[in-house]
Amino acid sequence: MTAKISNLDKLSGPVTEAGRCLLFLLRMLAGVRFSGQQILSVLQQVYLIGARSLVIIMICGFFVGMVLSLQAINALEQFGASDQVSLLVGKSLFRELGPVLTALLFAGRAGTSVTAEIGLMKATNQLEAMELMAIDPVQRIALPRFAAGAISVPLLTAMFSAMAILGSVVFSIGVMGLDAGIFWSKLQTGVYFQKDFVGGMWKSLVFGGTVSLIAVYFGYSAKPTGAGVGTATTNTVVLSSVLILIFDFIMTSFFT
Amino acid sequence: MTSASAATPVIKIRDLVYRRGERTILDGVDIDIPRGKVVAFMGPSGVGKTTILRLISGQLRPDAGSIEINGQVVSAMSRRELHQFRRNIGVLLQDGALFTDLTVFENIATPVREHTKLPEALVRRLVMSKLSAVGLGGIEERMPHELSGGMARRVAFARAVVLDPDIMLYDEPMTGLDPIAVSTIRTLMRETNDALGQTSIVVTHNVSQVRRFADYCYILASAKIVGEGPPDELTASTEPSVDQFMNGKVEGPIPFHYQSPDAPWGLLD
Repeated sequence: MTAKISNLDKLSGPVTEAGRCLLFLLRMLAGVRFSGQQILSVLQQVYLIGARSLVIIMICGFFVGMVLSLQAINALEQFGASDQVSLLVGKSLFRELGPVLTALLFAGRAGTSVTAEIGLMKATNQLEAMELMAIDPVQRIALPRFAAGAISVPLLTAMFSAMAILGSVVFSIGVMGLDAGIFWSKLQTGVYFQKDFVGGMWKSLVFGGTVSLIAVYFGYSAKPTGAGVGTATTNTVVLSSVLILIFDFIMTSFFT
Repeated sequence: MTSASAATPVIKIRDLVYRRGERTILDGVDIDIPRGKVVAFMGPSGVGKTTILRLISGQLRPDAGSIEINGQVVSAMSRRELHQFRRNIGVLLQDGALFTDLTVFENIATPVREHTKLPEALVRRLVMSKLSAVGLGGIEERMPHELSGGMARRVAFARAVVLDPDIMLYDEPMTGLDPIAVSTIRTLMRETNDALGQTSIVVTHNVSQVRRFADYCYILASAKIVGEGPPDELTASTEPSVDQFMNGKVEGPIPFHYQSPDAPWGLLD
């Protein structure tokens, strides 16, 4: 590259990168075929990056539910309203904490591994070998991982929220001795399926798509060296986390 | 050179120019590769041998000049034509580039599954026959990291030839292997070429081996072809650059200062 080009790159770097990333997305989507082989490889990736993230998601969900109840009961007790805890936990969980925390955890657990995997495949010329076999690596490697991420995150979010409610039950009813009937009836009447739960699911779909796109794109565009792959992996986590929080604010302010 | 097919070269390169930034990698290169021959590209590291392979396979586009393969100009091919064209070439990359997440069997089966609709039983038979042709029957369930360097190279070779391509491109196929593995790969290249009537291009800087498999040699230095001919003639050549390279002399017209190897190119570019 000449000096001129690299200066221009510096000026318009983020914009160029975002444009490339979207072109990359279009290139992936152009390859969607719903063929048996494609569905199979998506399912395989759902297992590898989605199902394998279950344990960490469940553990974190459980403890988030407990700590949320602990704080909520502490605060609500002052107004004599500690029986409202399930309402507070349910609303904040389904709308915000579930989607956001799951996406953040997913970026750290699965996004990094996807970036590192693809970056390493590039560094060891596997992507080049694929192109030379007239197989498009964008469709063969990137697309299934992207689709699997977008599918997995909403499912993981549901699991996260379920475990958090369980954590809340254990703490509020088991430890603090709140009445189980009130707990469940508040949750049932105060938290709306359509508005709270489905709204959160849409969010998590967007988060899942964002994290996976960043992960595959950074892997694919990583410098094919050890340091390059390392940088790309770090960038995946950093940019994913920032974008999740920004998108969360935008979606919350416009759609609810 | 009596029949028409032998007279028209499979690969015809004319006045090829390729620049990377301000550096001229190739400057007016002419090459003819006749059908059925094994042709070696030689030259010091970083001189642009691998670049020629990438230009031939259509991964890079020349700045000037043309590459014709069986009468088709590579740089003028559409994406679809390039796709079609690549089904007829086999490429063995420098380190083999096996897919690390697939077994040996799946590695070799990948191009078959992608480009044919053969039933599973036939795929299996085809893969196993190629595997035993490279002397590695029985390792099909192993993962690439469980193989030695020589074995991995042979598996990559089997994968490259599994669809019986017309043209084979080898990038440093013998580098980093022990002497026995070197001989194995050399023999495989030559015998496959003759048995299947292929045309092969081998990028190498292994002067001692090149005499034992190549029909013809091109020597590249300073972005140009400095010598060509059958390997034995080149060894005896009095042309200073050729003599320097073939006989490994430090003193000569080819400057032996450090030149950076081929920069990694972006797949997205």
